[in-house]
Amino acid sequence: MAKAKQIDASFTPVTPDEQYILQVNALKKYFPIKDGMRVVGQVKAVDGVTFNLKRGSTMGLVGESGCGKTTTGRTILRLYDDKTAGQVLFNGKEVYDLSQKELRALRTKMQIIFQDPFSSLSPRMPVGEIIGEAVREHKLVPKAEFNDYIDQVMDNCGLQPFHRQRYPHEFSGGQRQRICIARALALNPEFIVCDEPVSALDVSIQAQIINLLKELQEKYELTYLFISHDLSVVEHISDAVGVMYLGSLVEYGSTEDIFRNPLHPYTKALFSAIPIPDPTIKMNRIVLEGSIPSPANPPKGCKFHTRCKYCMERCKQETPVQREIEPGHYVVCHLYDEEGAAGETAENV
Amino acid sequence: MRKFILKRLALSVLILFCVTFIIYLLMRCLPASFVESRAMQLAVAPGAKPYEEWLAQLNAMYGLDKNIILGYLGWLKDFCTGNFGDSWKYTVPVIEKFNDTVWLSFIMGAISFFFEIIIAVPLGVIAATKQYSRTDYAISTFALIGISLPSFFFATLLKLFFSVKLGWFDLVGLVSRNYTQLTPFGQFMDKAHHLVLPILTLTIVSIGSLMRYVRTNMLEVLNADYIRTARAKGLSERKVIYHHAFRNTMIPLVTIIGGSLPGLFSGALITEQLFGIPGIGYASFYAMVIGDIPFSMFYMTFLAVLTLLGNLLADILYAVVDPRVRIA
Repeated sequence: MAKAKQIDASFTPVTPDEQYILQVNALKKYFPIKDGMRVVGQVKAVDGVTFNLKRGSTMGLVGESGCGKTTTGRTILRLYDDKTAGQVLFNGKEVYDLSQKELRALRTKMQIIFQDPFSSLSPRMPVGEIIGEAVREHKLVPKAEFNDYIDQVMDNCGLQPFHRQRYPHEFSGGQRQRICIARALALNPEFIVCDEPVSALDVSIQAQIINLLKELQEKYELTYLFISHDLSVVEHISDAVGVMYLGSLVEYGSTEDIFRNPLHPYTKALFSAIPIPDPTIKMNRIVLEGSIPSPANPPKGCKFHTRCKYCMERCKQETPVQREIEPGHYVVCHLYDEEGAAGETAENV
Repeated sequence: MRKFILKRLALSVLILFCVTFIIYLLMRCLPASFVESRAMQLAVAPGAKPYEEWLAQLNAMYGLDKNIILGYLGWLKDFCTGNFGDSWKYTVPVIEKFNDTVWLSFIMGAISFFFEIIIAVPLGVIAATKQYSRTDYAISTFALIGISLPSFFFATLLKLFFSVKLGWFDLVGLVSRNYTQLTPFGQFMDKAHHLVLPILTLTIVSIGSLMRYVRTNMLEVLNADYIRTARAKGLSERKVIYHHAFRNTMIPLVTIIGGSLPGLFSGALITEQLFGIPGIGYASFYAMVIGDIPFSMFYMTFLAVLTLLGNLLADILYAVVDPRVRIA
């Protein structure tokens, strides 16, 4: 972890904790900006994300587009070659310390459902092969049971056995997403990153897919990291919610706490944008001024200060730290520094 | 499928009709008139008829006294009945001269095409999987050199090095001086020996563009979402590249391979010329320069047929390799 210390002096490693399937600590992922051969800067796509995920629970990760939700999901799964700093402990083991062989074996335990079901399926493979290829590769079931196993996985996801011979382009968006889910599920994973699994689908299909994900979670005790920009969907499916802004987690807590009592000014603005299907209720929207700053050159101090209506002088200078305001409800904002002693306890998180 | 092929074949006949007419038109309009130069030659002989008389006689003899439309219809009638006529330059039946020369060119073309594919495709795949690495730059530079070098220049360099300096090969020609004294196997080896440099030239100058093409396609596929899916499945890198990425790269490659069918038979004009190989490129070039209408017409019609067939073949192969394409 020498590299991590270099970049972030305040980095303190976490110790593995059995109750969590996933522990993410001060995770950073920067991408180089290249001008020809020279590196001229870095896009700080993920810039200090910390959270823990309990077995069998669902955590929603919300934020506007470009805030690093997807990169967080992919960095956790080590779909990039390296991370910039921080820790990702899966079942207590650092994911980035594994050898290629161990990593491949671990792939069966952690899976991902991609956002776009149209481009994430190989166009030249029949569906049965898409779902079954990795099962065969990892030798998860004996050869004799292979066909039955695939049929059963497909049935679980609402697909018919005769769909096996078909190619992805012959399916509708919703069915394709079912194929993606079946593909991930076939490996019998413990943890699935759902990267905006419903945002490419229309609303009626969204509900079907969300319900399918919930059913499967109960049946197989799955843990989800559910990435979405749709707050109603996240409220429906998640046990905990993390709100991301410009690569960092600004607020993190149980769904109930966050929706009942949003603390961070950004969360408040975000939640005020949820439409209420009742014309008699007047919506009190908090409209954010300006646009999201460039992650290549994030503002000093609190990253949100350029758009925050409570912005104070110290917000422009000092980077706020994560504080626990109520049990299990964390926020990164100077507004809550006054709570004094209560805030201090959050230091050891 | 059957209906598609029949439709395409019918369309091909129509296209062929237009193509042959245009070629005939151009051949008749060429400034190099075989009849005029022949008449001039005959007229200078002592005591010969004057030029005008020879010209009229020869024009009637070769059927050039008819206008272009009638001339074309006459050619078409002969062609359709399988009468390809005699070559004016080579004074043998067109089909005989063609048969004498085309196979040599075909062998050269086929061998260099084979090497082109087995060298360029793996190089392109390697360059793409190691994008921006030293290997990639080395391969790309090599490809660029191949693309930029004109074949006559490269052939000359090869000759200088291998023939003049090292003396491994003859400078020109298909056979050695002692060819007739060799055993049949020796004759075969002698020809093969003489074809090494021409084939090397053809291969090197053609590798570059195919390799670039494979690299670009492969890069596009490697950045596709389903490749990330394949990696997330925990497949080995080998499997990701050859099973998922390369398969999808094959699709555009098929068009290239279909499109190179006529190239196998067309001969390599410049290379054959430089190495003095009596192939079809060489023969057709001289036929055209001298205005040999029957031979040129046959050669170009043959290429047009192959081009049409190659395209049809590519379309059919497309449906075979890409499940999204269904030919109705």
